[in-house]
Amino acid sequence: MSIPAHRKPPSLILLSTGFVLFWLVIAAFPFLWTMWGSFKVEGDFFSRADWMNALTGPVTVKQHGSAFTLDGYEGAWIQQEFWKSVINTGIVTFFVVTISLTLGTLGGYALARSEFKYTFWILMAALVFRAMPHVTLVSGYLLPFFEMNIWGYLPTTIIVLVAINQPFTLWMLHSFFLSIPKDLDEAAMVDGCTRFQAFRLAIIPVMWPGVVTTGLFSFLLAYNDFTVTSMLLNQDNLTMIPKLNGFLGSTQEDGKVMYAVAAVVSAIVPLFVLILFFQRQIVSGLTAGAVKG
Amino acid sequence: MKHKTFMAFIWPSLLAMILFIALPIVSVGYQSLFIEHEQVLKEAKNCGPFGCTTSVSVDAEAMNALREEQPAGRYNGLGTYANGSHLAFDEITEIFASSQNFGEIRTRIMNLPFYKALIFTLAYTFIVTPLVIILGFIIAIVVNSIPKALKGPVIFFSLLPMLVTPLVGSLVLFWMIDSRGVIGALLQALFQDPSLSLKASPTLTWITLFVYGVWHSAPFAFVVFYAGLQTVPQDTLESAMVDGASRWERVRFVTIPYLMPLATFIALMQLMDNFRVFEPIIGFSAAANATTLSYLIYNDLRAAESPLFGSAAATSMLTIVGVIILLLPVLRRNWRDFNRKA
Repeated sequence: MSIPAHRKPPSLILLSTGFVLFWLVIAAFPFLWTMWGSFKVEGDFFSRADWMNALTGPVTVKQHGSAFTLDGYEGAWIQQEFWKSVINTGIVTFFVVTISLTLGTLGGYALARSEFKYTFWILMAALVFRAMPHVTLVSGYLLPFFEMNIWGYLPTTIIVLVAINQPFTLWMLHSFFLSIPKDLDEAAMVDGCTRFQAFRLAIIPVMWPGVVTTGLFSFLLAYNDFTVTSMLLNQDNLTMIPKLNGFLGSTQEDGKVMYAVAAVVSAIVPLFVLILFFQRQIVSGLTAGAVKG
Repeated sequence: MKHKTFMAFIWPSLLAMILFIALPIVSVGYQSLFIEHEQVLKEAKNCGPFGCTTSVSVDAEAMNALREEQPAGRYNGLGTYANGSHLAFDEITEIFASSQNFGEIRTRIMNLPFYKALIFTLAYTFIVTPLVIILGFIIAIVVNSIPKALKGPVIFFSLLPMLVTPLVGSLVLFWMIDSRGVIGALLQALFQDPSLSLKASPTLTWITLFVYGVWHSAPFAFVVFYAGLQTVPQDTLESAMVDGASRWERVRFVTIPYLMPLATFIALMQLMDNFRVFEPIIGFSAAANATTLSYLIYNDLRAAESPLFGSAAATSMLTIVGVIILLLPVLRRNWRDFNRKA
């Protein structure tokens, strides 16, 4: 469109381009910097002499003969057994996503289709539950879990994460289901389907975009969780985030902080890939709650 | 939908929420009334060739028996709420009675752990939330005006700070502001002060945490506003233009009123999330200068010898009360809307 009235004065174009670049630097630079630095030794990444050292890496060259080293990654993944935590994170996220989506689609569908007053109360309760700080809930779990002897196992953590995730999943899927016309399942029921058949055969096939988006957010919750996993898992089956926090506490000696840097980068890369593939779904998910409710 | 079908669909979800969200809140309430057992001490007499000495030690066996019998500890009523590390009624009365001026009252109250955490949590919530909305709005307006081909990549990089775990995000920034890191070194050069460290003073730590909070959440506001901007009615904008509204006036009188409901939504989400801020305190190792309510609970549960369940539970209950007060206006508004519809 080049209607003269829409054309912008050059000063405004300059200003907005400058602002976008400024924002991009703020948003992306810390990650790129840390990724680059994770291939250096501590003397370069935390350089007393000159911050440029983190880019060129003179100490790394002196110690390893090249400007890049995999020392940090080797230390974290092999020596400190970070790979075990990666597997645990995989298990936890897989089950949390599957279970919360199953429960969430069923519940969200019911909430979207029922017109009784209690749906309002359930949704409001879910909103309050969503606002509960996770650590307050954890302080409620710990003692009973110790008493019942189920503390420290992956399944316990998975169930807890599913439950903590439910309020959000319910809200999101509920608003997605509201956008699907009622006629669709009613027509199926007129044709002789039961309610569940109508749900499975008529609704679910058109619900995939909503389910994928909600699944992404369940994944993020489980992947990013620190509070629940750090308090409910024992030292042998920690997931990535609490494991990485452990590196900070125990590795104050020289060079060990690079293990944490390498682990942090290892935890960021999957998210990078995720955003690359699912950018549109993430954006639509963030706005789903806003536009519809 | 009939009641029965409704229940058939929703019971698994409800069960999970009742068991792992509602019951734990009850459990927290119960635990907050109890306190750890007093240590059972025993005296042992050691007699050697040079006379006898008595040593006092903790009787582990008796302690275990006690814990077995009453796992939650001994009953303490509301004592935990009133003690020095929570609401600290006695200390507060004492401070008001013996302090000379307002400044002294303030410093002394800031030394009480609960109030220190409460004040920081509230400050964080009510400073970061508006800043996030304003910055997010500006980014959205600007990104909306750049060429289409650039929008995708800009959104891609903008999403990163928000989607990355708070702990990881704060660590990344923490390493950069270290006095040996790139931003730390830059600031030292800028202010010509080689001893400048963002970790040293409480004020600088607070500012660092606020900056982190805005950096972390602004993308969320940006994305929501950006999506909203796509739906701003074009004819209203055009008629405003015909009426001679300048670029700024169009934003001020058309776009902003149109996006107001979205701002409310963002504010609600941000209030809930900022009130439970916790990971940045660990990531920035800021506990000495700034703690939050969530951090206090975590710290009690992580106590060196055995978790202080009673103390953590009391702080949790007070936090929950805070959350409910925060949500009250929202709940009331929803209730009114719902009644109007019915």
